[in-house]
Amino acid sequence: MFDIPKEREVPFAGVTPAPVGEQPMMITGNWRTYRPVIDHEKCNLCMNCVIFCPDACWQLNEAEEEVVWNSKYCKGCLICVNECTTAALTKTYELDFEDGVVRLEKLF
Amino acid sequence: MAVAVKTQTLSPIKKIRSVPTEEYYVPGHRTCAGCGPALQYKLVAKAAGPNTIFIGPTGCMYVANSSYLCTPYAVPWIHAQITNGGAVASGIEAAYQVLIRKGKWEGELPNVIVMAGDGGSVDIGLQAMSAMMYRGHDALFICYDNEAYANTGIQTSPTTPYGGNTTFTPPGPAIPEGKRLFPKDPPQLVIGGHPAVKYVATASVAYPVDLINKVRKALNVPGPTFLHIHAPCPKGWKFDESKTVEVAKLAIQTGMWVLYEWENGEFKYQHKPKEYKPVREYLKVQNRFAHLTEAHIAKMQAFVDAKLKAPGIPVEIPVPPPRATA
Ligand SMILES: Cc1ncc(C[n+]2csc(CCOP(=O)(O)OP(=O)(O)O)c2C)c(N)n1
Ligand code: SF4
Ligand SMILES: [Mg+2]
Repeated sequence: MFDIPKEREVPFAGVTPAPVGEQPMMITGNWRTYRPVIDHEKCNLCMNCVIFCPDACWQLNEAEEEVVWNSKYCKGCLICVNECTTAALTKTYELDFEDGVVRLEKLF
Repeated sequence: MAVAVKTQTLSPIKKIRSVPTEEYYVPGHRTCAGCGPALQYKLVAKAAGPNTIFIGPTGCMYVANSSYLCTPYAVPWIHAQITNGGAVASGIEAAYQVLIRKGKWEGELPNVIVMAGDGGSVDIGLQAMSAMMYRGHDALFICYDNEAYANTGIQTSPTTPYGGNTTFTPPGPAIPEGKRLFPKDPPQLVIGGHPAVKYVATASVAYPVDLINKVRKALNVPGPTFLHIHAPCPKGWKFDESKTVEVAKLAIQTGMWVLYEWENGEFKYQHKPKEYKPVREYLKVQNRFAHLTEAHIAKMQAFVDAKLKAPGIPVEIPVPPPRATA
């Protein structure tokens, strides 16, 4: 678009590629001490967890009519559990899970 | 001289289910768990959509997001110094105006949004913000208010409430209430002194639909616009990170934060509680206020009561007497 002579080109400082959907260079799932657990029976899809998650870790799967949790990035703040209108979300200690992030051999 | 204006109209939404599903502020950032500013960023980015450029003055929403050369912004984003978010936005908007005039840019004029902290907006960043408003650039300046200089370890800022315990206003025998001053009023600063500004609003992470609609309206209105967004910071305000939205909601229920729009000289209020809860309810859930005595709380309540008589309009505030000895 711009005609800048080669010799006047300056490498732009600190340019980074835009992430697509997620930023895998900053995985935050291993911050968790608690994990939100969903009981789909009780969920009425009020979408509070989807809208209030600062890390966009709850998304609606339209086809399945279910909210889906992102374990790779969830920091375990539990805003979702606090804002859940039907008590479908509860918290469980991360250590209680076979795949608990604290048990992972490689954290990053 | 022809000035390009946006032809897009971002439409308002009615309910949570119609919030766009696309994320432009994606998972994978180092903001604290439960960070209110991160939550509002996600919502603002959704509201603005792909035709957007963010300017990020130094503060948590720059540092905690973009460290180690990776960022969560899926739309163009540029760092600015903490002092000059408004200037960088002005330059970007002016450059697009020139490119469009010369036929070198065929796309739309983008949404230019400054995402500045309270320090970066109405304290150290005030002159550049004011200049952008004064010159009438077509850009949106957002002050996400976590009521402190959070990123450097929670120092007091002009929006830190009276009585707030920060690293620069620790309560002690000489000053038992911690912070002695009452806060600045950012929307009033903008409204009062900038004739080019036609739309100013306050928003909160507790009311996401209202927030999204205000962002869209601010972007649709030509010329400079300003949003003041309440964004609780669990680390700085010392409350449990699961309570971010709850605390934001309590602020509105107690009158500590008022949701309003100011458009062409008229105020309109949103989500106004029928009856306000005592400010104590808001104070007691945050440890930054744990040291306050009954007398301090009464002083705070009196301030809020006066403010609620005409929300948005500044009230006379008690100015602390000068200290007797240095
Ligand atoms: C000129 C200048 N002075 C001081 C700093 C140090 N500094 C970096 S971030 C920050 C806090 C910014 O506070 P605010 O704008 O409220 O954003 P927050 O971190 O609260 O999100 C400060 C003081 C700086 N980067 N530049
Ligand atoms: S200190 Fe506060 S504003 Fe900064 S990242 Fe943490 S929660 Fe967010
Ligand atoms: Mg701040």
